[in-house]
Amino acid sequence: MELVVSQLLTGLSIASILMLVALGLAVIYGVTGVINLAHGEFVMLGAYCAWFLQTEFGLGLIASLVPIFIVLALFGWIIEALVIRHLYNRPLDTILATWGIGVMAQQAVRLMAGGELRYVEMPAALSSSVNIFGATESAYRLFILGLALSLFALTWYIYRHTAFGLKLRAITQNRDIASSFGINSGRVYRATFAYGAGIAGLAGALVSPLKSVSPEMGTTYVVDAFMVVVLGGTQSLFGTVASSGILGELSGFLAFHSNDTIAKALVLLAIVILIRFRPQGLFAARVRT
Amino acid sequence: MTTNRRKFLQGTAALGAASLGGFPHIWSKNGMLARAANGQIKVGVLFSLTGTTAIIEESLNKATIMAIEEINAAGGINGMEIVPVVEDPASDPATFAEKARKLVLSDKCVSVFGSYTSASRKAVLPVFEKQNNLYWYPTLYEGRECSKNVIYTGAVPNQQQDDFVPWLLENFGKRWYLIGSNYIYPKEENNYCKKLLAELGGEVVAEEYVPLGHSEFSSVINKLKAEKPDVIFSTVVGDSVVALHRQYHAAGLDPETMPMASLTTSENEVAAMGGAAAAGHFTSAPYFMVWDSPENQKFVEAYRSRWGGDKVTHFVSEPSYFQIYLFKQAVEKLAASDIDPNTIREAVKGEQFQAPQGLVKVEPENLHTWLRPKIGRCKSDGQFEILKQSADWLEPDPYKAYSNQSCTAEGLKEV
Repeated sequence: MELVVSQLLTGLSIASILMLVALGLAVIYGVTGVINLAHGEFVMLGAYCAWFLQTEFGLGLIASLVPIFIVLALFGWIIEALVIRHLYNRPLDTILATWGIGVMAQQAVRLMAGGELRYVEMPAALSSSVNIFGATESAYRLFILGLALSLFALTWYIYRHTAFGLKLRAITQNRDIASSFGINSGRVYRATFAYGAGIAGLAGALVSPLKSVSPEMGTTYVVDAFMVVVLGGTQSLFGTVASSGILGELSGFLAFHSNDTIAKALVLLAIVILIRFRPQGLFAARVRT
Repeated sequence: MTTNRRKFLQGTAALGAASLGGFPHIWSKNGMLARAANGQIKVGVLFSLTGTTAIIEESLNKATIMAIEEINAAGGINGMEIVPVVEDPASDPATFAEKARKLVLSDKCVSVFGSYTSASRKAVLPVFEKQNNLYWYPTLYEGRECSKNVIYTGAVPNQQQDDFVPWLLENFGKRWYLIGSNYIYPKEENNYCKKLLAELGGEVVAEEYVPLGHSEFSSVINKLKAEKPDVIFSTVVGDSVVALHRQYHAAGLDPETMPMASLTTSENEVAAMGGAAAAGHFTSAPYFMVWDSPENQKFVEAYRSRWGGDKVTHFVSEPSYFQIYLFKQAVEKLAASDIDPNTIREAVKGEQFQAPQGLVKVEPENLHTWLRPKIGRCKSDGQFEILKQSADWLEPDPYKAYSNQSCTAEGLKEV
């Protein structure tokens, strides 16, 4: 029993980090169709913001979450206005441009903050562990799980129950017709991009106390994020949650019974096989193209 | 124009002097070797200043440059100045080889100091063997290499483990969990560890490798909870060390009963994981920043005043520093006209130096270094507390895990 619970919890905590990292990407790709290769760097910038706010202003991680979201959203807003806006419907160019932005962000951080690994403190209140049905789990990991689910709920709410979400869905279904009904699609795109970047920043800040903070950290996250989004179906928010859950539990299970190297390989193999037979991912939203 | 002509004249004069003094050399096969001239000794410094491993290699570059500056300020080597030629191989093995070729062939350096990773050392090795030049490698590494063109000043597995493994067995118990990053260094270290455990009656409950750069350790931690080993023997490297320690700590595991014993956790990694996550775990290394010796005090003070008060010295930057002094002592024994990689290699054999970590000596047979490893327990302030220094000076044996092979001055011998 204890082993089963702790195995489930392990899977869930892997899943929660996957979901945090993938949510921003899913939002951006699902709505605007932009393949944002700089997503990992948004995550990295979030982690560096946490480090900066902590070392310069003594701000704890929880208190910095809101400022980090704002900073990264602003950054996303600017990137959209300067670069992405000009590249809609040119997927190849967006890939190249966002990749370039990622490289620049990495080098800029290296120049300004230095290349060494940085330390972000875990909130003291959450640094203990909690007992659940005999299995112990880190309180901080449970906190991440809770926060990831709330962020998903918030995104879902915006998407389904606000005027902005209605416009968003209209644009996703058919941009031209939505525009002809008076929806300013450019503004909606920009807001979406900013929101996605802000969430990526939060993800970076939240993982920083568990992992290391370095200019290159984004590269692994962008792969994970794409894995989740591709498996879940690119235009389905629910797909993102479900696929991070599946991937988390699966890699947790495989890693427990073999090791992390094999787990990673098998998970990737499974995804390759799956998209061979179901290219739209597990949960495809019905949209007109 | 005048400077050019003056240089040209000096050059011809030097050439004349060289051919007068060294006429027979032109006909010997040493005639092609790089050598020191004009009162200058050119050496290469080959540590990455950009790219993924720049984080560590920058500190190795700094320690190297500082030692060269110190020696030059004190009058050089027999009045000759050491001139460092610094190249940036950008953390890329192919670039390492290219820059090494440049340093050896076009700059005619008599020695090159460089490399952190084994991959980069393996990449430059053919260059130094083909050109018969000399490479000085400061990093602890997996052993199993035997080259007369490399001087190894870091520890090999037997030096890090011979003292450490028995001590851990005695103090914590027999059931060991081996975990490492998935590449050659951890595998060779674990080979030796398993050999020692078999001899001493220890038991390996698991041997596991995670991908390089891996940062999600919840499955590993789950297995640790289920397996409850007495010792976690860790050769995880880079940012994975930080992630593993932080997640171990967050999961509420206790270093009192299940400590991590690492060969790769230095003051650098500890600074990035925070003292709380590092406290109570063990590292074996020949050098720790807190090591109490007059030489180390001088080294740490000089390093901080040269490069910044918040900088740490660690078990790779210290060998980067003292190997320059070994180089100096070797060159000192040579006549000014006779300084080339071959003579330097012969001169450095058996050479001893009072380094910050203590007395070190270059083993004449395999060109590795005699060291005295120490066992450190990390404290919550991010520094180590040194619990024990090995009673003996440990001989370097890069083939100790392979009883049928040994490295000699004539090359690798199969027994």
